[in-house]
Amino acid sequence: MSDQGCCSPATTIAPEPRPPGKLARAHSIAIVGPPNSGKSTLFNQLTGLRQKVGNYPGVTVEQRVGKMRLAHNKEIDLIDLPGVYSLEPRSEDEQVTRDVLLGEMKDVPRPDGVILILDSTNLGRHLLLAAPVLSLGLPTLVVLNMADSLRERGGQVDTTALARQLGTPVALVSAAKSEGLEPVMEFLTGQFGVPAPVELPVINDIPKCREWATHIGSRAAYRAPSPPLWTRRLDKLFLHPVAGPVIFAMVVIAVFQVIFTGAVPLMDGVEWMVNRSGEWVAGVLPESPVRDLLVEGVWGGVGAVIVFLPQILLLFLFIGILEDSGYMARAALIADRTMSKAGLQGKSFIPLLSAYACAVSAIMATRTIENRRDRIATILIAPFMTCSARLPVYTLIIAAFIPERPLLGHFLGTRTAAMMGLYLLGFLAAVATARVLKSSVLKTERTPFLLEMPPYRRPTLRSLALRLYDRAKIFVRRAGTVILATAIILWLLAHLPLVDGGAPPIEGSVAGTIGRAVEPVIEPLGFNWKIGIGLITSLAAREVIVGTLGTIYGIESGDETSVGLQQALHKDITIGGAVALLVFFAFAMQCMSTVAIVRRETGGWKWPLLQFAYMGTLAYTGAFLANLIVTAIVS
Amino acid sequence: MQADVKSDAPGAVATGLTLAELPFGFEAVLDRLDLPEDVARRLMELGFVPGHAVAAAHSAPGGDPRVFRVDGSEIALRRETAARIHVRTSPRP
Ligand SMILES: Nc1nc2c(ncn2[C@@H]2O[C@H](COP(=O)(O)OP(=O)(O)OP(=O)(O)O)[C@@H](O)[C@H]2O)c(=O)[nH]1
Ligand SMILES: [Mg+2]
Repeated sequence: MSDQGCCSPATTIAPEPRPPGKLARAHSIAIVGPPNSGKSTLFNQLTGLRQKVGNYPGVTVEQRVGKMRLAHNKEIDLIDLPGVYSLEPRSEDEQVTRDVLLGEMKDVPRPDGVILILDSTNLGRHLLLAAPVLSLGLPTLVVLNMADSLRERGGQVDTTALARQLGTPVALVSAAKSEGLEPVMEFLTGQFGVPAPVELPVINDIPKCREWATHIGSRAAYRAPSPPLWTRRLDKLFLHPVAGPVIFAMVVIAVFQVIFTGAVPLMDGVEWMVNRSGEWVAGVLPESPVRDLLVEGVWGGVGAVIVFLPQILLLFLFIGILEDSGYMARAALIADRTMSKAGLQGKSFIPLLSAYACAVSAIMATRTIENRRDRIATILIAPFMTCSARLPVYTLIIAAFIPERPLLGHFLGTRTAAMMGLYLLGFLAAVATARVLKSSVLKTERTPFLLEMPPYRRPTLRSLALRLYDRAKIFVRRAGTVILATAIILWLLAHLPLVDGGAPPIEGSVAGTIGRAVEPVIEPLGFNWKIGIGLITSLAAREVIVGTLGTIYGIESGDETSVGLQQALHKDITIGGAVALLVFFAFAMQCMSTVAIVRRETGGWKWPLLQFAYMGTLAYTGAFLANLIVTAIVS
Repeated sequence: MQADVKSDAPGAVATGLTLAELPFGFEAVLDRLDLPEDVARRLMELGFVPGHAVAAAHSAPGGDPRVFRVDGSEIALRRETAARIHVRTSPRP
């Protein structure tokens, strides 16, 4: 591809003429376009799927194939692709798009048509991509997206004239508002042809290409829209040298306060339902091991985790607003200074912010980082960011051990502050680790920071609601599979081997034996054998420890079912052990999905094993010191 | 920074500047990208094409990196990169 520009003269190859009616039907169509032009939005509209959409460049980082139903029971494959500025990749996500388009991607057949989607509010620059895409010689529909913004801001374009200039059909649509999609359907159902041969500029000469784009634009009577006023106003505020950071800090505190304190009534509501339904089950079933398994194992274990659903959803609501509004790119801009001290650049901050949701998606998102060593460094530090699975663990322990006191009136309480401290701890560990890596094994030249700032957009209720719905589904599914399975297995192990036909005391059970076997190792951290079992089960997923403790304390307390998990925990470990447990969870890489994705994305076992060992050592040492210090202070 | 800049934003600035010296709110014309080829290429793809107008907009607290308005987009660059991008006042004849 790279030398196509210099030797291909100025024209696309004319297609072999085929007799009408015998044109091959398309089987798969790739959606190509610059970052943030609305590819995934259009893909979702057409397939009914829910690819992640967000208002910053680099949301989609791998190809995604979706089936679209057409009339007469026909189907077509649509391929959503990462955004590209040209077909000269600089990062791995861009490489994916190039490979798919050229048929070099494993398991993805070469697409036989292209939807090229460009932002109509910035057509001059976006048309640059038309030259290399059209010279692929595939049937192409050019979609000018964001018609709503173009109209609102007083821009204009003549699609018929543009189609003539490009030699291929053009549609002006609003993918988000589902406006003007008929030509797209027509293109997909129709038996379309290859673009008519038109003069294309030499692809490698960008100034020439840009001139060509201007020329084509003016032939199509393109009138650029007025600048986005609201974006300028908001940036004046958010990027103000003084007001900007102050607003940022206040928003962060408010978010924590809402997630931690504001979620309490909702969580109490869920807890009430869990308890009532548990009591009901205990009441209607005859006394039997099955009843005990349900009440102690399922309700005690799964119920303990389900309680955290409202809190997780609130967190995702804030992440959704951050991603949909366009503030994400501004956050990366502001963070560039800090990141550069760690030897990284602002772009690494975007995956790190996604890691507050989940490290797995964050590690995928590092594909946008051009430099491979920078990318690996970002992958290695991402699991230090406080992911949503840590939230239930932190909330439980903080609520059990830290009394609520106001610090800044109603605005900030002790528990919220403790929570923020833990988030900060993770972030500092990430930055410090990056710094060490970037000044030793992953040393590079400074890489340039180039980031496009998208216009601010108002997050829609629909998009936020769908995010929460999807997230709730994931959470409930996890509770119904991993957490349920561990709860049942644990309950069984806690009741075996049978002694005189009955369950042994829990210390003597298989589970108790395993727990007591690891106890000597974790005793210096202030943990007992029950926490030990929790640490083992939480290797499946961090929040499983909450379910495990719920089950164990449930079995211990026997019939008086609703001894709160918090009180039980408070009685079971010392304050030193509690702080140590928080530190342990802040640092340890207890997540097998993360290990698996790191192996896949770095292409081997070297980095994930190193990372697991490093984070584990840090967790153990940190927890040991925390227990030592806190115990010394308290006594 | 050239001292003869007095007019209010958006205004023109004297020649021989780099983007790093372009004050907030001021506009100039891109002249030359003195950067490795691949970086220059990406910058041009983002709109930094010689002959096009560029304006300095907001920055992160501390003045670095800064957002530049160019060719209908807003692109953030670090000072070290901006310092290698030369600008002038009027389009080349
Ligand atoms: N106003 C308006 N906004 C839109 C339209 N289509 C998409 N958007 C918004 O544009 C932003 C980017 O949309 P995406 O679909 O994620 O863009 P993408 O091209 O897939 O982006 P990458 O995956 O990052 O390359 C989102 O905030 C969308 O809500 C539209 O027709 N009008
Ligand atoms: Mg996308």
